[in-house]
Amino acid sequence: MPLTNQLRDDILASVPSLRAFAISLSGNGDRADDLVQETLLRAIANIDSFQPGSNLPAWLFTILRNLFRSDYRKRRREVEDAEGNYAKTLKTQPSQNAHLEFEEFRNALDKLPQDQREALILVGASGFSYEDAAAICGCAVGTIKSRVNRARSKLSALLYVDSAEDFGPDNTVRAVIGGNGG
Amino acid sequence: MKEVKKQGGLNAEIQSRIGHQLRAMYDDVVRQGVPDRFAELIRKLDGPEAAAAAQAASAGEQTAKTDGRD
Repeated sequence: MPLTNQLRDDILASVPSLRAFAISLSGNGDRADDLVQETLLRAIANIDSFQPGSNLPAWLFTILRNLFRSDYRKRRREVEDAEGNYAKTLKTQPSQNAHLEFEEFRNALDKLPQDQREALILVGASGFSYEDAAAICGCAVGTIKSRVNRARSKLSALLYVDSAEDFGPDNTVRAVIGGNGG
Repeated sequence: MKEVKKQGGLNAEIQSRIGHQLRAMYDDVVRQGVPDRFAELIRKLDGPEAAAAAQAASAGEQTAKTDGRD
């Protein structure tokens, strides 16, 4: 369809969540904004292939996700070295404790396999249905569900098994969590 | 019986904390709104042809930027 003013506004309205998705995927604010820019250029250049009435955010997320994945293979090392850059993209710096907790979460998220991380973000943060997330990732709905479940259990193992000791050495509780995480 | 209850409670609590942290991280960026560079970009582009040209220009610019660095 042609690039109407309405469509332009709709694309613009998707930018904040596209940025959040890009930052969650790449962990690097500068890289994320480049990804968003490439996504917008590509979307507008290919606007003829957008089906009117279909899900515009899902279409844009698909473009961004594919760009990230084709680029990710080339840049893997660089992205991993950028650990910690995400915090610099925040407007308000969180307090020290919240900041540490945030860094910990960010690091744990980065340890997830790519497939699981993107599935978790799409469903758990972007608010897409399992069906939309499956369309964005080009896989079956059941595959998305299992990736999200594996991502959640891996994150809880990474974040909360070790720290169970911080809450007091309760062996029963530790054994129970450890048993689930493995 | 008691342990099963405890296990379910812990899992639910952990999962809710993970969900909360994930959304907090995400929404923090969403709340930043649309940076000027993107608003300008979308306003400037007239359609597929302009976008294709801008894409080519942007690719060229990036190469130049990389070359010029250091």
